[in-house]
Amino acid sequence: MSHDHPHGQSAHDAPPNPYLEKHATPEQTAALEKRVRALESLLVAKGLVSSDTLDKLVETYENDLGPINGAKVVARAWVDPAYKERLLKDATAAIAELGFSGLQGEHMVVVENTPNTHNLVVCTLCSCYPWPVLGLPPTWFKDAAYRSRSVVDPRGVLRDFGLELDESTAVKVWDSSAEIRYMVLPERPAGTEGLSEAELIALVSRDSMIGVARVEKNPLH
Amino acid sequence: MNGVHDMGGMTCYGPVKPEENEPIFHAEWEKRVFAMTMLGMGQLDTLDAFRHAIERMDPTHYLSSTYYEHWLAALETLAVEKGVLTPEELASGVAQETGKHAEGPLPPEAVPAVVQGGAPCRRTEGRLTPRFSVGDQIQARNLNPTGHTRLPRYVRGKNGTIAQVYGTFVYPDTNAHGQGEQPQPLYSVCFTAQELWGPDAATTDDLSIDLWEDYLDPA
Repeated sequence: MSHDHPHGQSAHDAPPNPYLEKHATPEQTAALEKRVRALESLLVAKGLVSSDTLDKLVETYENDLGPINGAKVVARAWVDPAYKERLLKDATAAIAELGFSGLQGEHMVVVENTPNTHNLVVCTLCSCYPWPVLGLPPTWFKDAAYRSRSVVDPRGVLRDFGLELDESTAVKVWDSSAEIRYMVLPERPAGTEGLSEAELIALVSRDSMIGVARVEKNPLH
Repeated sequence: MNGVHDMGGMTCYGPVKPEENEPIFHAEWEKRVFAMTMLGMGQLDTLDAFRHAIERMDPTHYLSSTYYEHWLAALETLAVEKGVLTPEELASGVAQETGKHAEGPLPPEAVPAVVQGGAPCRRTEGRLTPRFSVGDQIQARNLNPTGHTRLPRYVRGKNGTIAQVYGTFVYPDTNAHGQGEQPQPLYSVCFTAQELWGPDAATTDDLSIDLWEDYLDPA
């Protein structure tokens, strides 16, 4: 942005934020571990949950879901125009074709980046995120800085991620306030025409599918 | 509720700070809270009630605690409010009365079906005929309910355009309060950045947000 649009400066002018550094001390972590163990034993005693089932759910989200799923969707859309058309028309069904569905992805919409349009997804009210394709969200997506400023200063937020957009590029922000979950279809980088689908999958980052990064041909950083 | 959770448009929280090589969970207790919530909440109340329980946290605690502490607070709140735990049990960590919950806990074998099946919120009953069509000009109502709502302050009173008609969805404002799903049409509504943030905002930019029909008036 030019000096006519001082977006982003507000973040850097803000005083040091007392709430940003929330890494718990060992004492706080120990207290939380104890409190949560007590709650688990209570809920097990009451017959609400079983510890085996909790283990199984944690394993599922640690091992079976993650941005690799979304990367497969993106790469398929890049190599298969008919798939891309279905994806943009009915994302839930097209994503299910690749085997991904379920909790926090029941109603999916995919929005496409173009040379003139950049999409950015946020949930200002909580931290809604498309779990089947991206897994559980990173901490920054759930923190106040991103949730608050993405809507009023999206270009400044993108600058926090090292992405500077031209003034001519339209920024479209998607605030997931309901049960629709959004994923960005990033632009396929130039010079990747010769790559296989598997090679393309390896290029697609989580951040590019949230809309805070572009896909790079050589993602070295 | 005009709570601290409704933070869209604030600029006081500094830059976004991504964590390099972030783990999925930062501590064992986060895993347990995540799983207890996902598997236990459905037997306590609705997802909307869970979100509202987070919104009812003390605002200073909300801002100074992490995401899964929010979940923990809401889970404890609802477990007590729904009578599954007494306040004394929660404080002591000792169950006074063990008992079979009506449905009993899910077995581990049920997890794949829970995860992959999800909990869709689109309905084929309720208010099925949308009042608005794509292209209609609307104004977001200036509502200030004391309960749960998904109409953030930053769009209230603003003029926008219906961009998509998504169908009939569970209405959070009633579903969070034991007043039923009362499904009604949900729309993607597009606002220009200048309408939301004034003349200094980029003329190229816009914002889309999902709003239920009862949040909208014709412009």
